[in-house]
Amino acid sequence: MAEDADRKEVAEKRRHRLFKYLRKEVLPTAFCPGCGCGIVLNCYAHAVDELQLDPNDIVAVTGIGCSSWIPSPYFLGDTLHTTHGRPIPFATGVKVMQPDKTVVVIAGDGDLIGIGGNHLIHAARRNIDIKVFLVNNLIYGMTGGQLAPTTPLGISTTTSPHGNVEHPFEIAELVAAAGASYVARWTTYHVFPLMESMQKALTKKGFCFLEIRSQCPISYGRRVGQRTGSEALQEYKESSVRIEDAAEMSPEELEGKIIIGKLIEREKEEFTGNLRKLNVELRTKKTGRSPEEWSLS
Amino acid sequence: MIEIDEELCKGCGICVDFCPLKVFETSDKINSRGYYPPLPVKEKDCVGCRLCELLCPEFSIIIINE
Ligand SMILES: Cc1ncc(C[n+]2csc(CCOP(=O)(O)OP(=O)(O)O)c2C)c(N)n1
Ligand code: SF4
Ligand code: SF4
Ligand code: SF4
Ligand SMILES: [Mg+2]
Repeated sequence: MAEDADRKEVAEKRRHRLFKYLRKEVLPTAFCPGCGCGIVLNCYAHAVDELQLDPNDIVAVTGIGCSSWIPSPYFLGDTLHTTHGRPIPFATGVKVMQPDKTVVVIAGDGDLIGIGGNHLIHAARRNIDIKVFLVNNLIYGMTGGQLAPTTPLGISTTTSPHGNVEHPFEIAELVAAAGASYVARWTTYHVFPLMESMQKALTKKGFCFLEIRSQCPISYGRRVGQRTGSEALQEYKESSVRIEDAAEMSPEELEGKIIIGKLIEREKEEFTGNLRKLNVELRTKKTGRSPEEWSLS
Repeated sequence: MIEIDEELCKGCGICVDFCPLKVFETSDKINSRGYYPPLPVKEKDCVGCRLCELLCPEFSIIIINE
């Protein structure tokens, strides 16, 4: 009995460590059983905890979709829950005016690549200092499984009942080519490297992007013979290839594989910093006074 | 030490399927939401790797290593 009480006490202490980042009154989540969104949330809370970040220094920005629920309502901190596809423009505004905040966007493939795709590539090109965690479940999950620009060729969805005739984006490659500072791809099976990569993204300056391949057993999985979260995770475990190994493989060998790891990491001038610098220069010239004599905000 | 908050569990079975040491079995008792939580039947075999803690989509499992 005494031992039991000890266990409970230690568990309570431990539990608190993560619950301080969560709105625990809304747990368990509204996600379907086995959904990858919960795993991404879990890894994110662990990453913030590992870095000992103060949640008050983070602003999370999100859009519409199941994945967009990861920061809102579950993560306890300042959150902007914006319209579908628009978290990146809102996040840009936050970063310009609040440069000391860590600005994090967590949203789905339909949101960030479908309706919001243009914002994504231009934010990468401009190298805006925001952290974008894309939850790529290859579908519009929340609305019942419509075709997304990430859905693989041939898959039947509610809007492609006879099979998808379109090619999907290779989104991590696209964002890397567009100019991001840091890009990596993981799956919800690879929780430890995913958590490390989140820590990297949260602390590196510039546009940092993680593509997280994630399961939607309800709106996608059941169409491809993966009715449970475990079946999808099993595929991620078996079909993932490290980017270093992929470099040695032919396109045929890579067919159906998920390439995981870091695609790019580079130092580059960053948009909001440059914008501020220019502002200071012009204002100093115009007013004839040094920046110490006036404040930007 | 494995702590499970059965009331948070949604019975997805991920912890049961992916623990490398096969520590869990699915309980035959349902929680108040109607889900079957895991039972750590081979807790002695647990190596404290925390894979189950991170893979659980519902913050239902905590591994205490200290
Ligand atoms: C302007 C606008 N168009 C369409 C919708 C309907 N809608 C809601 S969620 C969603 C797709 C979400 O897909 P994704 O971002 O991949 O999130 P998931 O649910 O898959 O996590 C759509 C099309 C909307 N809410 N607003
Ligand atoms: S519909 Fe899909 S993405 Fe949305 S909560 Fe359910 S399993 Fe997750
Ligand atoms: S910590 Fe590792 S070994 Fe222990 S129960 Fe969890 S997954 Fe299994
Ligand atoms: S992974 Fe979590 S939610 Fe799923 S069965 Fe195990 S304890 Fe329950
Ligand atoms: Mg989606």
